[in-house]
Amino acid sequence: MAFDIGLATLVLGVAAWTIAARDTFAAVIGFVAFGLLLALVWVRVAAPDVALAEAALGSGLTGGLLLSASSRLAHTNGSAVIEKPSAIMRLAAALFCTLMSAALAAIVLLLPEPAPTLAPQAAANLAATGLGNPVTAVLMAYRAIDTLLEVVVLLLALAGTWSLAPDHLWGGLPGRGDPVDRGGVLTFDAQLLVPIGILVGIHIFWVGSVAPGGEFQGATILAAMWILAMMTGLVDAPGVSGRWLRLALVVGPAVFLAIGLAGFALAGAFLAYPESHAKLVILTIEVPVTLSIAATLALLVAGPPNRALK
Amino acid sequence: MSDATLYGVLGAVLVGLGLFGLIVHPQPLRKILAFNLIGGGVFLLFGVVARRGASAGLGGDPVPQALVITGLVVAFAATALAVALLLRLFQETGRATLRSDDSPP
Repeated sequence: MAFDIGLATLVLGVAAWTIAARDTFAAVIGFVAFGLLLALVWVRVAAPDVALAEAALGSGLTGGLLLSASSRLAHTNGSAVIEKPSAIMRLAAALFCTLMSAALAAIVLLLPEPAPTLAPQAAANLAATGLGNPVTAVLMAYRAIDTLLEVVVLLLALAGTWSLAPDHLWGGLPGRGDPVDRGGVLTFDAQLLVPIGILVGIHIFWVGSVAPGGEFQGATILAAMWILAMMTGLVDAPGVSGRWLRLALVVGPAVFLAIGLAGFALAGAFLAYPESHAKLVILTIEVPVTLSIAATLALLVAGPPNRALK
Repeated sequence: MSDATLYGVLGAVLVGLGLFGLIVHPQPLRKILAFNLIGGGVFLLFGVVARRGASAGLGGDPVPQALVITGLVVAFAATALAVALLLRLFQETGRATLRSDDSPP
């Protein structure tokens, strides 16, 4: 309990810092620390799968995205002082937000006892999915439609990001094309880290069927490795209208949807799997989906096309 | 107070803190940051509901846990799109502000 109180205080302190810090860059650094501490909280509430996702996605990729944006917007900080809301506005906002927190806290304290739960059902049907990790079973079997829609949402976000490119750069390359720290320590780091990171990413994906991990966590690590390789110039960003790239982006959702539709014929419902081969079917979906998610996440960080195709 | 309740209250406070940042910070990037803080709080509330549902030998109800993983990915996608919009705005106008008037910053 003492550890939990300390951890909660620390999370709260870092969160307050990300709001209160004067400098945006410092606030983003605070946010990355916040994400990592939150991952610890997730371990404490017995959700290691979420902890992995929080550390990799919530803290890592989101942090990287915001850091690069804040450095590009660094000199716009000054104008914010003029636009700052008045003291009365701030006080009113503080009151309103305190009320909001109090209401939510009251709900937490008044949650029904015993707590409603689907854990027994999830555990009871685990054998039918051939999986050992109940969270993966929810994502890939019980609530596979959520996951299918989510993969489509990722693609839509990427389409939205790309559509922000100026007309003449359409089909071009994202990023600035000047590798940071060419031949320096970061490049050396990337050369060492990328092959290991790819292995770790595949491992996290693979063990997800029986242990904490899964396609989202693994794909995030794979995406991070690609981003690192692009940042340091080990590989160049791909042109956004490249055929192979497009194929990698849609293969996951396409296979997912195809197997979902095949469920009508094989098991009598959309996204139903034949029980004898459930695990094989799930893996057939997961491999291309992991590839597509990794590519989509990395390209979301890379941003819209920014340079003409060479 | 159990651990789960403690973290539930933490989640509630994080939502309020993020909401405050979203309202009072004029810079869009700070608003995006605050929005992610709200997300962290909301997800944590889900985590607490999951933790309270621990049974059948599982440490928590896997359904809300899986929902949070889905939520994290969607929150990232939304953040990436918002950042892309902001950077495009900056590229077009040389400013990063949500003010609609044309007076110089």
